[in-house]
Amino acid sequence: MIGLVVIAQAVGQAPVERFVNALGSGLALGAIYALLALGFVIIFKATQVVNFAHGGIAALGAYLVSYFATVSNIPGRWMGDISVTLQWTLSALVALGVMALIGIVIERITIRPMIGEPLFAVAMITLGLDLIIRTTTNDFMNNTTQGLGDPWGVKVIEIGVLRIAQTQVVTIVVLLVTSLVLAWFFKTRTGLALRATAFDQEVAMAQGISVGKVFAIAWAIGAGLAALGGIFSSVAPRGAGVDPFTALIAFRAFPAIIIGGLDSIKGAVIGGLLVGVAEVVAGTYLGGVAWLGIGFGGIVPWLLMMIVLLVRPYGLFGTPEIRRV
Amino acid sequence: MLQVANLEVVYRDVILVLRGLSLEVREGQIVALLGANGAGKTTVLRAVTGLLDIHEGEVTKGSVTYNGEEIHHKDASQIVKGGIAQVMEGRRVFAEMTVDENLRTGAISNKDSANVKEAYARVMELFPLLSTRRKDTAGYLSGGEQQMLAIGRAMMANPSLLIFDEPSLGLAPMLVAQIRDTIVEINESGTSVLLIEQNAKMALSIADYGYIMETGKVVMNGDAETLLADDDVQEFYLGLHSEGGGRKSFRDVKHYKRRKRWLS
Repeated sequence: MIGLVVIAQAVGQAPVERFVNALGSGLALGAIYALLALGFVIIFKATQVVNFAHGGIAALGAYLVSYFATVSNIPGRWMGDISVTLQWTLSALVALGVMALIGIVIERITIRPMIGEPLFAVAMITLGLDLIIRTTTNDFMNNTTQGLGDPWGVKVIEIGVLRIAQTQVVTIVVLLVTSLVLAWFFKTRTGLALRATAFDQEVAMAQGISVGKVFAIAWAIGAGLAALGGIFSSVAPRGAGVDPFTALIAFRAFPAIIIGGLDSIKGAVIGGLLVGVAEVVAGTYLGGVAWLGIGFGGIVPWLLMMIVLLVRPYGLFGTPEIRRV
Repeated sequence: MLQVANLEVVYRDVILVLRGLSLEVREGQIVALLGANGAGKTTVLRAVTGLLDIHEGEVTKGSVTYNGEEIHHKDASQIVKGGIAQVMEGRRVFAEMTVDENLRTGAISNKDSANVKEAYARVMELFPLLSTRRKDTAGYLSGGEQQMLAIGRAMMANPSLLIFDEPSLGLAPMLVAQIRDTIVEINESGTSVLLIEQNAKMALSIADYGYIMETGKVVMNGDAETLLADDDVQEFYLGLHSEGGGRKSFRDVKHYKRRKRWLS
């Protein structure tokens, strides 16, 4: 579907314009992947859990925004006269807060009791969780598409030859801000505790770090970031709203996670952007090549992942050997 | 201050590692815990610092009390807050972090920022070398520097009891001497020390009191001087032979082991 949109955009553009637009659009898609990958990597690094419920969490987050912004107007109903943008942003923030709480609850109930059990068993639990969260979310939205009521809609910004949707600019800005906040966070006391636990759990405990708290914080952040990714993949031009297929975005972000190296924060951002750009650029230039078929862009991330894995089996920035598994 | 009484530890419900071990560290002392590989020294450390859980170990008998309070059921972070810190075997610094960040992780349990600053100043005073490498990545430090960093990190928690697990392991003799002096210095400024070592000579040269462990039990204990002078200790832990006798035969060795078990 995305491939088709890109082709429609690309028809009748000058070469430079075509490339610049593909790049802009690619970076925006990459930013979504990067947000999802960041959440995934933070959870994996801190708790060694491969979180297959990431897609479900992303979709639930997007749905909550839709609910808070369009159905119940929380917290706008108590705020009096405020602008649409502010009202929506606040709703989104409330949804993110709720998602962080849900992340903590998921960790406490399903992950904490499994500490020390085989990773495979824990991965299966997250897979089950994904099904539960997705089914419940689908039920909430009656298996239809629910608009998020974002203030940007399909409005476009033109910078020179670059035509880019406002939401895409917002996505890129959000990724930038998130990366900066995370970079700052990892220098704080709590961030240090997180890094210490990720590096060596036993030593972290020996320093008096409460590993349980670290796990909870990692899941809160991870769920929040997943929700961010879910939100931006449910607004124009990526989608008309949150629907039963929104959760699949996490699988499309998977190549980004692997290319970045599974346990690297920097890798998640760079991998995400790389995959996004590759996908859209390939869609733009190869989408019309008949023998490749329609939607070739969609498999480029996976091809890219295979190539990267052949050269660097642990991803671009990953640790050569994941210890203490 | 620290009392370990009749401690029994079992791993994975079947492997009995400590069988009724008792020892005591008094305020202001350096106490050495000696023993060969596999004697259970590190298990003692884990039992005291709340790290048995993640190794699937469990205290099945006996107790660990610190300042009159039972601590063997507490978790690691509470024990650090209670004043026991450790320098783990093999240094185990956070290789991806800088020296400063490593030190800050050591102070995470310490919420009193004035106190943390004090501890930091003290670490810099103890290890002037670290102050020149504050922004360097810990993984690129040499073995000796990493050991200093590991000790500094433990000191950041401002402990009243500091436990060292094989601090001399893998270090050149000169560095061993340096670490030994550091331990004495730390002790003189008021921190009690439990020194777990294979290097009996180094440990006993600074300890007030010593325990020798074998297969999960204390087989011998006494003042450091007494232990240093003991013939059996000299032969088995210091590698010295009693005068004139030459090397004892294997039969004597076996006899020694049996005798020692009855003694305890």
